[in-house]
Amino acid sequence: MRSSGVLPYHSEVMPLPKLQRIGILSDRFAAFIIKGSAFVAILSLILIFVFIGKEALPVLTSPEVRSEASLSRLFLPQVHHAGEAAEFSWQPISDVPKYSLFPLFIGTLKVTLIAALIAIPLAVAAALYTSEFAPSWARETIKPCIEVLAGIPSVVVGFFCLMVIASWLQGAFGWTYRLNALTAGIGLSLAVIPIVYTVSEDAFSSVPQAFREGSIAMGASSWQTASRVVLPAAMPGVLAACILGFGRAIGETMIVLMASGNAAVLSWSPVDSIRTFSATVAAELGELVQGSPHYHVLFFIGAFLFLLTFVINLIGRWWVGRLQKKLQGAF
Amino acid sequence: MPSNWSDRTELKGKAMQALTALACLIIIAIVAIIIGNIVTYGAGKLSWEFLSEPPRDHFTKGGIFPAIFGTAALVILMTIAVIPLGVATAIYMHEYAPKRSRLVHFVRLAIQNLAGVPAIVFGLFGVGFFIEFVGRGIDRGLYGGSLVYGQPAIIWSALTMALLTLPTVVVATEEALRAIPANYREVAYSLGATRWQMIWRVVLPQSAGGILTGGILAVSRGSGEVAPVMFTGAAYSLPELPVRLHNQFMELGYHVYVMSTQAFDVEATKPALYSTVLVLLMLTFLLNFTGIMIRARIRKRLRDGR
Amino acid sequence: MDAKLEAAPSREAGKYSAGICTEELRVSYAGNEILKGVTLEARRGEILSIIGPAGAGKTSFLRCLNRLLDLDPDWQVSGTVLLNGQSIYSRELQVAVLRRKVGMVFSVPVTLPMTIYQNLTFGLSLNREGRSQRDEKVEKALREAYLWEEVKDRLDEPARNLSGGQQQRLCLARTLTLEPSVLLLDEPCSGLDPISTRRIEEALQQLKKNFMVILVTNNVKQAARASDRTAFFLFGEMIEVQKTELLFTTPREKKTADYISGRFG
Repeated sequence: MRSSGVLPYHSEVMPLPKLQRIGILSDRFAAFIIKGSAFVAILSLILIFVFIGKEALPVLTSPEVRSEASLSRLFLPQVHHAGEAAEFSWQPISDVPKYSLFPLFIGTLKVTLIAALIAIPLAVAAALYTSEFAPSWARETIKPCIEVLAGIPSVVVGFFCLMVIASWLQGAFGWTYRLNALTAGIGLSLAVIPIVYTVSEDAFSSVPQAFREGSIAMGASSWQTASRVVLPAAMPGVLAACILGFGRAIGETMIVLMASGNAAVLSWSPVDSIRTFSATVAAELGELVQGSPHYHVLFFIGAFLFLLTFVINLIGRWWVGRLQKKLQGAF
Repeated sequence: MPSNWSDRTELKGKAMQALTALACLIIIAIVAIIIGNIVTYGAGKLSWEFLSEPPRDHFTKGGIFPAIFGTAALVILMTIAVIPLGVATAIYMHEYAPKRSRLVHFVRLAIQNLAGVPAIVFGLFGVGFFIEFVGRGIDRGLYGGSLVYGQPAIIWSALTMALLTLPTVVVATEEALRAIPANYREVAYSLGATRWQMIWRVVLPQSAGGILTGGILAVSRGSGEVAPVMFTGAAYSLPELPVRLHNQFMELGYHVYVMSTQAFDVEATKPALYSTVLVLLMLTFLLNFTGIMIRARIRKRLRDGR
Repeated sequence: MDAKLEAAPSREAGKYSAGICTEELRVSYAGNEILKGVTLEARRGEILSIIGPAGAGKTSFLRCLNRLLDLDPDWQVSGTVLLNGQSIYSRELQVAVLRRKVGMVFSVPVTLPMTIYQNLTFGLSLNREGRSQRDEKVEKALREAYLWEEVKDRLDEPARNLSGGQQQRLCLARTLTLEPSVLLLDEPCSGLDPISTRRIEEALQQLKKNFMVILVTNNVKQAARASDRTAFFLFGEMIEVQKTELLFTTPREKKTADYISGRFG
């Protein structure tokens, strides 16, 4: 845009004053600060990756660390005593430090599966009821209840498992170990239920009303509509909910720390004590010498957890995004 | 169609419906049991002394005041860090960024991913970055190498928590910003406001409620999460209150964890333990409830038209 | 408010320039041409109304004049717009200053969520103008907008308590507190009852003596009774502009005659 300057300036007209400099300066300063702040979010994610990776890297690169805890020692069975079979064992604090990740992996898997088997059916069923069958007074009760559950700090859930559920289960079934995968799994399911419920309920609500009306018009009952029309239509969203729930379960620390017995036992039984990845980091980081192989292995586990949950959440959200587009696009 | 066929289908349908209702009942029952259990066993020891006095005799007598103080101090520091940062990020995304900017896309992605990072990973980050890198750097620069900030400290726990709760504040602020009609901005501009003036005078006052909600929910989370503070600054038994930024602090949640897993005499400390849990629960509930109430009121006001 | 006189050379003596004018103004949005080269001028002492069917580009034209289109990068503007001989896009002219000199009233009364008094002083407070004079400026603006009598005792009430017509006059008064040179009104009376409409038109008749007034209206009858010159826009072009009585009695273009007589619209 140029000023052609063709028309002369009429001196009778009031010339335009300049805005006070303070106004302009504060505008520029504010813009600078705000733009800078927005970077912090991206920066933190990068920094998390860098700094955890930095402390995890010696597992791959430093010869000193690798003599104790190389990748092969982390993942493959090791022979620890001459004459015995190769085994997986996590015992970093002993004469011969053992760093196999396999027991931790089994532990994480066990407790996550137990939690998922409990939480997913409960949460999805509850979400289905809330969205399809519940009268509004019931809806107004259940939703706040789930919010309350979501608001209970995980340390309190762990406490409850430790104090109440563990004793109750042992009293009822008489297992050897009071704190085991099952106890922790029950507690963990309490932490997973809210997110699976919320995302599933969103998915059910997003199914267009026209679907339900069409089904009812053909004579289907409420249940038939819900199970044969709404549920399949919302399935991508429900699956995304499960994925997000898994992500939450894998990363959860306090409940497992308090209720699982914290013994890196390698077994398939659900009533043996276990150790998960996150609980291992939490339990052992405090006693460490900075720079020791043990320290680096814990960071390695942390990096692995970070990447795993990162990928899981990415997939989950991508799926939810696709579901939303599909529902909006087709109708 | 045989008449019993439709009866059976209908019965099956009703039964399945009842099952889903049962699922809801189970969940509600669990929540009720947990709260009931904690209130029953915890209310006994709850008193003004419990809240205001320091612990004695290995936590069998006295109170948990230092833990309450520590939690409050942690949360205050965290709020000072996270609210300006979160609000600024949301303002950038909504008011400053050009339309369809790639940067906004990445910032939003970063916020979503931060929300999914496990709490223990934040704890590791706090150790690896704040304590080892920033803390040691400060020590070398300002204290000639002696160990002041390069160790667990309340400031590092607060900053770690601020990162953890950043997504909460950003999301709540963005929701508030989106609710402001575009007309307001146009009017402000047409009266000669600069962008910052418009934000400061019109947008921020209007979104104050949403920002408050975000802050309260962040504080609620901050007072309950233990994993991030375990290694970045929380301690089990301290002689003094944290009065300097580089002090360690006692925290309610961490206290519950240590006391329930490592206490000397579990039976003797059980009452105090339950009461501590009750205090923590009441605190997070109160905050959550307040935040959700404010948010519901704001949403209702928007729906009805101001 | 102190004034620094800009010493601009006077080139063509005699050419009247105390006005806002455009020359070959082209505006497009995301590649679609909205205005196709408009040359139009408004002077002090007259009300220029712009009529035309929906989509003619009238609102876009108006928003160009106070650079409100700058807010969305999808708008592309080219051509010349001069206010008192100075290009509104010149670097010396800060856009915030321009917008105070070129005031706008929107078609929907948008009162800020504050009291009546705060609405009126919003513009003044942005530039930290003398607080002592605020009350006088507020009263003067309210009188000019024919609103003083109705609200003088209610200045501390929320602005949304007012009726639609009162709110619109409040928006007008709000702009007037900044003592602009130009008043842009974008269908200000749409949705208002006839009495409010008449009040606003009366206010404009008084205001035109000291301001340049550009009034966009969908209501052909309003243009006929309230303006001195009228311009007819159609599909982004200005078809013709002349004195209102002449345009309505002897329009030069057939399209104008068709629109005025209601053959399309």
